Amino acid sequence: MKDNPIMRLAVRWNIPFMLIFALYTQTHGELGPGGGFQSGVIVAAAFVLYGLVFGGAEMRRVVPRWFTDLLGAVGVLIYAGAGVYAMAMGYEFLDHAALMPSNPGGAEPWGMTVVEYGVGITVFGVMMTIFNEITEGTNPEDNEPTDDSADTEYGS
Amino acid sequence: MQIVLDYYNYWACILIMMIGFYGIMAKSNLVKKVISLAIFQTGILVFYISTGKIDGGTGPVRVADGAAEAVYSNPLPHALMLTAIVVGVSTMAVALAIIVNIRQAYGTIDEIDIETMEHERGE
Amino acid sequence: MSPTIMLDVVLLALVIIAGIAAIEVRSLFAAVMLASIYSLLMACFWTTMDAVDVAYTEAAVGAGISTILLMGALVLTGETEIVRRAVHWPALGACMLVGALLVYGTLDMPKFGDENAPAHVHPIYAGYTQQDVRKHPGGKSHGDNVRAEQAAEHSEPEAHDETAHGHGDYFHGHVPNQVTSIIVSYRAFDTLFETAVIFTAGMGLIVLLRGRRGNPLKGGLL
Repeated sequence: MKDNPIMRLAVRWNIPFMLIFALYTQTHGELGPGGGFQSGVIVAAAFVLYGLVFGGAEMRRVVPRWFTDLLGAVGVLIYAGAGVYAMAMGYEFLDHAALMPSNPGGAEPWGMTVVEYGVGITVFGVMMTIFNEITEGTNPEDNEPTDDSADTEYGS
Repeated sequence: MQIVLDYYNYWACILIMMIGFYGIMAKSNLVKKVISLAIFQTGILVFYISTGKIDGGTGPVRVADGAAEAVYSNPLPHALMLTAIVVGVSTMAVALAIIVNIRQAYGTIDEIDIETMEHERGE
Repeated sequence: MSPTIMLDVVLLALVIIAGIAAIEVRSLFAAVMLASIYSLLMACFWTTMDAVDVAYTEAAVGAGISTILLMGALVLTGETEIVRRAVHWPALGACMLVGALLVYGTLDMPKFGDENAPAHVHPIYAGYTQQDVRKHPGGKSHGDNVRAEQAAEHSEPEAHDETAHGHGDYFHGHVPNQVTSIIVSYRAFDTLFETAVIFTAGMGLIVLLRGRRGNPLKGGLL
């Protein structure tokens, strides 16, 4: 599909809007429908669309494999970290009031925002990982040396 | 007639579940089984969401402070099912990964063929 | 009865037709596409059921990512299905038996859309929808602060209605989306481990599939 100008143009023009929409979903998760799950999936869908048209190697150049693997863990750490932070401040686990002890009612949306970002990052990372692994090796052109470089990235 | 109007949603959800159940039992292709599992899952989601619906209710998003008297559908099943969908796609991905590995090991993803091969190997 | 009943019935009929077609069609690519259509119809149906968050998720996950994953898997596993018999009668019989039992079970359920169903009249449910669960003993919300100021002006003690959860509402009116507030506040532990499940699925994919280079399966999605 790389040589199809219509596909290239459509994808190039659609991806920014998808990313903006995902950001809207993420930041308005507590105001309207949406949240971390949906925004993570929409961001992943934008990059997957890019990968489908321009090839997996090109997609992994934009979003390297080690990066998405890392994000999957980082999101869970942010989520659990919000809970551990509350414990360290003397509150109960995942008690968002720890973020703003003077105004616990106002702290609750902040805690939700932090937690939603954690969920969104994890979902994005894992969806990209799943797509990378499911489609790995399906195209001879994709046998790029990214695997080796990914290994060295882990090692270094 | 009234009984149909009262329960048609539950019956539809049971019908969807049974479509998925039939697919799981009757289809020997493993990818078909995964699709059937997804359909079975959505049947259960329909059941939960139906229990949360209130006549004349609206989506569980508070519009303004003044609208606190509005009737909202029960948000608890929505929250449960939202996570269920995302976990469902994760388990589906793992299932597909295992199917890809099965295909590499046996050269087929047909359950009965795999059973035959295992049987021949055992003798 | 809900005025959207016709829409419900039409959407449910379409969903069931799409589901049967996805199971019964011979070509696996067609089955994946029909499953995608099924998910989109399901998203429409959930909008009529007032589950906007679920509809959103289904449209993004069910119709988007699942379809891509199934297509990617089909490229690696082949797209032909061996059909040994058109109708598997024992399976159909078992399905009908289980379905009949379940339909018999629904007759004890509260009526669809009944606002007096036990799930809607439980005391905790009122707290969910009003976001008034009083999670933190001794906590104060913005509303409480205003009320405290008013009480100070009138120099009379603030009236607290004591509940089993303590007193002082925490985030009354702060989060309009009740589903989000349930997911990441009331049920935060649950969501933490759901996130862990997703993470584990990603790790499982890496363990199962990463590094199978030089495999004989060629031709591809990408």
